[in-house]
Amino acid sequence: MTWWPQHSGRWAEMAEFRMPSLGADMERGTLVEWLVHPGDTVHKGDLVAAVDTEKATIEVECFDTGIIDRLLVEPGQTVPVGTPLAVISAGAQGAPSGPAPAEPAAEKPPPPRKHKAALATPPVRKLAAQHGIDLAAVHGTGHGGAITHADVEAAIQQRTEPHLTAPAAARQRISPYARRLAAELGVDPSLVTGTGADGAVRARDVRAAAQEPTTTAPAPSVSRGSTAMRQAIAALMTKSKHEIPHYYLTSTIELSTALEWLRERNRRALVADRIVPAALLLKATALAARDVPDLNGHWINDHFEPADAVHLGVAVALHGGGLLTPSIVDAEQLPLTEIMRRLRELVSRARTAHLHSSDTTPATITVTNLGDLGVESVQGVIYPPQVALIGFGAVVHRPWAVGDLIGIRPIVTATLSGDHRATDGATGGRFLTTIDTFLQHPEEL
Amino acid sequence: MTTTHTTYREAIREALREALRDDERVFLMGEDVGRYGGCFAVSLGLLEEFGPERIRDTPLSESAFVGAGIGAALAGMRPIVEIMTVNFSLLALDQILNNAATLLHMSGGQLGVPLVIRMTTGAGRQLAAQHSHSLEGWYAHIPGLRIIAPATLPDARGMLRPALECPDPVLMFEHGSLYNAAGELDEPAEPVDIDTAAIRRSGDDVSLITYGGTLPTTLTAAEQLAANNIQADVIDLRTLRPLDETTIVDSVRRTNHAVVIDEGWRSGSLSAEITARITEHAFYDLDAPVQRVCTAEVPMPYAKHLEDAALPQADDVVAAAQRAVG
Repeated sequence: MTWWPQHSGRWAEMAEFRMPSLGADMERGTLVEWLVHPGDTVHKGDLVAAVDTEKATIEVECFDTGIIDRLLVEPGQTVPVGTPLAVISAGAQGAPSGPAPAEPAAEKPPPPRKHKAALATPPVRKLAAQHGIDLAAVHGTGHGGAITHADVEAAIQQRTEPHLTAPAAARQRISPYARRLAAELGVDPSLVTGTGADGAVRARDVRAAAQEPTTTAPAPSVSRGSTAMRQAIAALMTKSKHEIPHYYLTSTIELSTALEWLRERNRRALVADRIVPAALLLKATALAARDVPDLNGHWINDHFEPADAVHLGVAVALHGGGLLTPSIVDAEQLPLTEIMRRLRELVSRARTAHLHSSDTTPATITVTNLGDLGVESVQGVIYPPQVALIGFGAVVHRPWAVGDLIGIRPIVTATLSGDHRATDGATGGRFLTTIDTFLQHPEEL
Repeated sequence: MTTTHTTYREAIREALREALRDDERVFLMGEDVGRYGGCFAVSLGLLEEFGPERIRDTPLSESAFVGAGIGAALAGMRPIVEIMTVNFSLLALDQILNNAATLLHMSGGQLGVPLVIRMTTGAGRQLAAQHSHSLEGWYAHIPGLRIIAPATLPDARGMLRPALECPDPVLMFEHGSLYNAAGELDEPAEPVDIDTAAIRRSGDDVSLITYGGTLPTTLTAAEQLAANNIQADVIDLRTLRPLDETTIVDSVRRTNHAVVIDEGWRSGSLSAEITARITEHAFYDLDAPVQRVCTAEVPMPYAKHLEDAALPQADDVVAAAQRAVG
């Protein structure tokens, strides 16, 4: 019987690492990746996971010191706030207790018997066992320190209270109309002071907030988020440069055919339906990613996992600084007009800090287009765990050899940043060539 | 067109007179409607004018004379049955629910019951618990019936004709406190539709939704609110079944705040139904919980001050509207 006490003692010191709430309006988060493995020792404050919220990717610290026992959630999974992500053991064992279960498993029932030292009647023991209360940890108030029914009930209460009160406290009181109005006016409700009953935010509070320049959405979201966002970008990019051996390939792509086709198309289209060259570049990239699948996917657990579809990450620079990379889901299947529409919406939503959760579907490959800043080429940093990033510069007119003559042609510089663990330059070269080929046949995009 | 000074009581009498004159299938029956002139004097003089065949006094037997009215309607007549108060109508509930409301459905569309039942409802005149309740919400629960509640002189004058033309049984609720309401009425009177609610006052800050006897209370409250810079939209439902959801929801979408004023008891009431519909259709336009002003959940007291305390008063409506607008 040496097994039980040991086990129960260790079990009592288990801590759960849960999906944190990284903002009053956050309901769920996507685990982007684990920064730790089972068996790793972590300390309070260590970064353990990257979580994609609706606003930014944030690396999350843990609040416990111990050993990562099990990881309960896979990267890419989206779970509600409060969902256990990992079990951290405080025990001295350096190894995980066994293979990690695939799903968040219910905790094993606690030992039916408790330490000999605790005095308690059989009904009290039964109650404690039913609720998983370790009697050794309960302070007895009965005769001679005996643990009473009330003591166990108090322990149950104490244990469940934080779980019950935490979500309630996080929930902001806001009227349905005020919530809708806040979305329409681009006001972050969590920054609005409510004047209604029990501090409820009402429509007038939102309107007042919308009129104060200091509390309108884009500014505060960015300024509030900027520290966290900056940290997230810093951590992620540092990790990328630390871990990913980048290689870079650059191609200059001639765009006269594509732009001429686009001009003809746009001339017939309504203003609202016109397409900008960036959409052509995105679609060509998505199709190339489909045709060269070695660059489309994630590097997870030391091997490449190709993706079934192309979820095209689009890097969007925010006006107040910072960067978001929402994604266009299934980009390779979307018609050009739809790519254009999504692009327009994504940029707008990203800049007003109102990204939809679908926008944060983990991308399989990312495009960064700095052309509108006049930059001619960009050699970007891969967004882990992706394995490739495409940079486009500005479309510029340059002398270009046409046959034996020199002509002035519109060109764009496309750069591939590739993860050398996943692919080699030959694959990357094929990828850039494929983009070029698609752009020479714009009618097929 | 001329204007005459009249009362709610006289407006209904005039509507009855017009119906009796225009259609010989129409007749009126009920307790004391003939020789006594009607308990509330609505039918005073009609016996002399139209004779005992068409203005018929009945025994104190609600189930019998409502049943007779249903039979007459089935046989092609256009009976108007008066029940003295809604409390007594419960004695005829079996006839109203199990026969009038269901026969069209149960006969596969062969047997319509074009019957009008008039009854007095509501409190405020110290008639105590057995004569004072507002049970129209119960009838509004029943499919197959149309429930109307005229609150103004034009509606009292103009709703009977469309009620008689309606192929379904129509229950018309007359609030006892309205009979003496006086004012000017255009003649000849126009029929009033019994499909839509009426907006009695327009405002953008709060929707006050009511009908019947609490309309004057609500309009008084709206005046007081206007003095405090709160502009109320006052909706008079007029028809309690089917409810004019469109008017209600459109108003709430505009004002974002709603107060329902109903002289019925709160639990399981018409006010509960209206609140539910607002939640179903205008939830994202609500800036505050819907407020309700209803009668205290007690049998109506006899004593004046207790009766006043139990009933929705203008001050209660003002307070509820201020709670809603905040």
